Amino acid sequence: MAVSVDEAVSTGPARDHTPPARRLGSRGRSVLEVALLTVLAVVMLFPVLWMIETSIKENRDVYAIPAKFFDFKVTLDHYKDVFVDPGGGRSALSVSFLNSVVVAGVSTVLATVLGVPAAWAYSRFAVKAKKDQLFFILSTRFMPPVVVVIPIFLMYRQVGLIDNKLGLILIYAAFNVPFTIWMMKGFVDEVPAEYEDAAMLDGYTRLQAFRRFTLPLLVPGIAATAVFALIFSWNEFVFATFLTSSDDVRTAPPAIAGLIGGTTTDWGLVAAASVVFALPVLVFAYLVRKHLIAGVTLGAVRR
Amino acid sequence: MAGIEVSALHKRYPDGTVAVEHVDLSIGDGELFVMLGPSGCGKTTTLRAIAGLERQTTGDIRIGDTLVNDLPPAERDIAMVFQFYALYPHLKTRDNLAFPLRAEGLPKPEVHERVNEAARLMRLGPLLDRRPRQLSGGEQQRVALARALVRRPRAFLMDEPLTNLDAELRADMRTEIKHLQGELGATMVYVTHDQVEAMSLGHRIAILNKGRVEQIGTPLEVYDRPASLFCAAFIGSPPMNLIEVEVADGQLRSQGGLVLTPPPGLARDRRLVAGVRPEALEVTDPGAERSVPARVVSAEWLGDEIIYVVDHGGRRDVRVRMPPTVRFAADAKVGLRHTGGTPAVYDVRTEELVA
Ligand SMILES: Nc1ncnc2c1ncn2[C@@H]1O[C@H](COP(=O)(O)OP(=O)(O)OP(=O)(O)O)[C@@H](O)[C@H]1O
Ligand SMILES: [Mg+2]
Repeated sequence: MAVSVDEAVSTGPARDHTPPARRLGSRGRSVLEVALLTVLAVVMLFPVLWMIETSIKENRDVYAIPAKFFDFKVTLDHYKDVFVDPGGGRSALSVSFLNSVVVAGVSTVLATVLGVPAAWAYSRFAVKAKKDQLFFILSTRFMPPVVVVIPIFLMYRQVGLIDNKLGLILIYAAFNVPFTIWMMKGFVDEVPAEYEDAAMLDGYTRLQAFRRFTLPLLVPGIAATAVFALIFSWNEFVFATFLTSSDDVRTAPPAIAGLIGGTTTDWGLVAAASVVFALPVLVFAYLVRKHLIAGVTLGAVRR
Repeated sequence: MAGIEVSALHKRYPDGTVAVEHVDLSIGDGELFVMLGPSGCGKTTTLRAIAGLERQTTGDIRIGDTLVNDLPPAERDIAMVFQFYALYPHLKTRDNLAFPLRAEGLPKPEVHERVNEAARLMRLGPLLDRRPRQLSGGEQQRVALARALVRRPRAFLMDEPLTNLDAELRADMRTEIKHLQGELGATMVYVTHDQVEAMSLGHRIAILNKGRVEQIGTPLEVYDRPASLFCAAFIGSPPMNLIEVEVADGQLRSQGGLVLTPPPGLARDRRLVAGVRPEALEVTDPGAERSVPARVVSAEWLGDEIIYVVDHGGRRDVRVRMPPTVRFAADAKVGLRHTGGTPAVYDVRTEELVA
């Protein structure tokens, strides 16, 4: 084919300030698209920008009316306050961040260690009422945390898991295992079972075959799944609020929320803590973005 | 090497599908045994049961003198080549070949030596440092075969190993496999649904249908005297003409008047079908000696031969194989003559060979 219509159009003088239009007569549409997307981006990103701005403003500027967008003095005091107690030593917030790391990390590892082999088993073996079992497993995710938090609270009180990091770890893992099983089953289904068959004929046991041949091929899927689980545990608020109370155990979400209220609220500190809280998730999501897309389109699509 | 004995094999999958109804096989040491049958007849299931990848519901499997029913695949000392080659994607050819040996814990120099030997046999020298992704389909197939070879197993199982190759390569690989099997004196069970592959490779062929063995025999036996109507319709391209006949005056006579030599000892009152190969018939000029009237429906020129489809006695699908020099136009009135010997005769009701 020769030059197509839109190429011919886009080589015209308009080329410098509009991106090549996809179809003849669609330049107007693409302007509208860009405009709408810009509006959307502003609406979506403004709170984030405002949060970042607030975190680097001095308290005076935070409360200024009219609000100051650009002409304020930059300070990193709030970030210092996130980590260092005004009286010296570690701040309560920094402890809660550490708790978050431990709780989210351990619960994700737990969910992965339990969920991946389970997904493999559901994918490879003839299990009685497989579909029903899988549906049951998924159904545990249907219930929003607020609905189950009271019974969980009562049960935890019986066994002494209230205000205990282990308690949070267990409940997060329990919430993430079904998700891990479902997502990983999609990935395992994609790996031909013949690899394991061949390995077993080569002299390996079934488990060795899984560990040495299927598992390495699952790493991208595991990474994507684990990041999803990690994000869930990291962000979780309801359980963390109800099941923990002391500063030593609290995770970051309730700790940050706890800064709001009382007689005065140090918005600069809240904003700085929120930025610090959001960063790890962003970094992780960025690192595995390719797998995340693969995970969403491949692992999550059921046949 | 060792023979394989399969007796009264029955396999029912957990979902209730009966994949193998009843299969008895006795495969000799050093034999190239082909299992042939249409899709879904249970070939793969039988093979996987022999390999130990699938546990049979009932029945016994022996490899050599060992009853292997309860042995895991690893302990059966068998190699299998899959239709999908199952080369480990993250390993180079060299390591793909070495893997089964490392699993056995062979010392390094020996592994090296065996890998090189298999690579030489399958001419893989230049491919040793590539990953499966970097190999063509035919090359992957050769690597898969080599991987089966390195272990020097007691038997080879092949599940449609050539299906993914194009026609020409397939013919080459067929020759190669046959040659290799002869050279190694290997026991080999080869599954295919391609009858040309079966005929050209097999010492013996088992024809499977719906989880049962319909016939076991040499390619010639299977071709000449198919044991059932199913086999008759399955083997040969085009397959046998199955013509309804009746016994009259010591002859077999079709509705259109075609007369065939009857095998001895036929009962009169049965409804019979004669299996006549296309090459046992001849299209002649109308009114030629011993011919019956027929009409050409169509002709397929295949270059080295012509397949005539003729209308005879109310059937419009009688196929005749003729040399390319004999030409009749479509719709021409012609004669049809039987030139072969005694045909195979089947009972319509039991669908089995009568004589
Ligand atoms: N894991 C399984 N669970 C349930 N049914 C199965 C399973 N594997 C195969 N089957 C069924 O068993 C029957 C025989 O299958 P098998 O794979 O042995 O056929 P095949 O002869 O190898 O066919 P093909 O030539 O298509 O490979 C089929 O009806 C198939 O649907
Ligand atoms: Mg098959």
